[in-house]
Amino acid sequence: MKIGILALQGAFAEHEKMLGSLGAETFEIRQKHDLRRRFDGLIIPGGESTVQGKLLAELGMLDDVKSAIESGLPTFGTCAGLLLMAKKIENDSRAYLKTMDITAVRNAYGRQLGSFSTVAAFGSLGDIPMTFIRAPYISEAGEGVEILSEVGGRIVAARQKNMLAAAFHPELTDNTTVHRYFIDMVKNPR
Amino acid sequence: MINERFELNKNLAQMLKGGVIMDVTTPEQAKIAEAAGACAVMALERIPADIRAAGGVSRMSDPKMIKGIQDAVSIPVMAKCRIGHIAEARILEAIEIDYIDESEVLSPADDKYHIDKTAFKVPFVCGARDLGEALRRINEGAAMIRTKGEPGTGDVVQAVRHMRIMQAEIRRLGSLSPDELFDAAKDLGVPYELALYVHENKKLPVVNFAAGGVATPADAALMMMLGAEGVFVGSGIFKSGDPEKRAAAIVKAVTNFEDAAVLAELSEDLGEAMVGINAQEIELIMEERGK
Repeated sequence: MKIGILALQGAFAEHEKMLGSLGAETFEIRQKHDLRRRFDGLIIPGGESTVQGKLLAELGMLDDVKSAIESGLPTFGTCAGLLLMAKKIENDSRAYLKTMDITAVRNAYGRQLGSFSTVAAFGSLGDIPMTFIRAPYISEAGEGVEILSEVGGRIVAARQKNMLAAAFHPELTDNTTVHRYFIDMVKNPR
Repeated sequence: MINERFELNKNLAQMLKGGVIMDVTTPEQAKIAEAAGACAVMALERIPADIRAAGGVSRMSDPKMIKGIQDAVSIPVMAKCRIGHIAEARILEAIEIDYIDESEVLSPADDKYHIDKTAFKVPFVCGARDLGEALRRINEGAAMIRTKGEPGTGDVVQAVRHMRIMQAEIRRLGSLSPDELFDAAKDLGVPYELALYVHENKKLPVVNFAAGGVATPADAALMMMLGAEGVFVGSGIFKSGDPEKRAAAIVKAVTNFEDAAVLAELSEDLGEAMVGINAQEIELIMEERGK
């Protein structure tokens, strides 16, 4: 199994490390030609969505990534990655890949002073630690979107077919639950 | 609680990695920086080149001006306080700044002590010229480190020197045998626990950016090649002929610093770079501030 990690900006090395510890092979996607390699899953990491979104477009990768996701490539977006996949961002006129039927709120908990960590349930897999850094949440989820986690009444993790989105950063903790869930998505596509 | 806050603050710096943090002096510049792909902006009244030109005492910016920039953009906003100026730092925390730069670019308020950054909820970034300085700042609570470089010169030589020294010292510490670490910690003037962390992990415990004198996409790429995890650009953008284009090119150069063909393309037609002054031509050496 080979997972491509979008490495335009942000915390991509943390995903590489975590997937490596789970025995998955990874490589970094920085340019259009990297997308021509064969891979079974894609990670869109945390960082700044404005930066990653702009680079995706200007490096000519936006349409390729969008069509790969639409044709079923298992994809996991954390934080900025969630925003990039969202159909709509409530408090921002920008939208990027628009592959996932969710509406997100950007910087939903405010500035850095609003960043926090907590423990909450992830699907049926029990409680996991969750780190929220200037995080978004999901304000609306369409039909066919499975809600996996809620914190304080807000949706913070969800899945729609081949897409998994988390507002928090499992790659910043030692807990591998979410990444194992994603590997399972890659192995057993819906 | 303090530890949890420190983790969250370190984590924000992790999200900035692979990005460019740009100095801006107005909301308009901040918008240009955000549109060009800055991962954060540093709000300040005067960019380092102008601070250098103006001379005199240089202080924290007007909070109203910083708030104007916070309102103008959605990316993190940083601002500088003077070294050791606890009150300026508290003011920046009160306006919910995302990162405080306890910076040698401003006139130091305290020529002996840095701020006890563990007493704050907002994160701090601090400059360092070598591993000892970096670990001392981290011990005081800094959640991110940057090289000092020599700000406002457009001359990258000091940033290169500081990054080279830091990386070489990290490699050296990593190669020591465990019983040599106690003495190495003493020589560096740092706590043993931090020396041990570097020995075991072959890296700083926090994110490490390059800063000082970066003026071109090639400068930014060079710093990434030397091990920086991202780049601050101060005077280099808004002191140049075409700030928008130069800013966007530097952002792309940081992402694709290993691809020389891309760098060549990015380096074309950027207009006038900041004129710059050689570091040996200046009288005020900012990097000497705060050890």
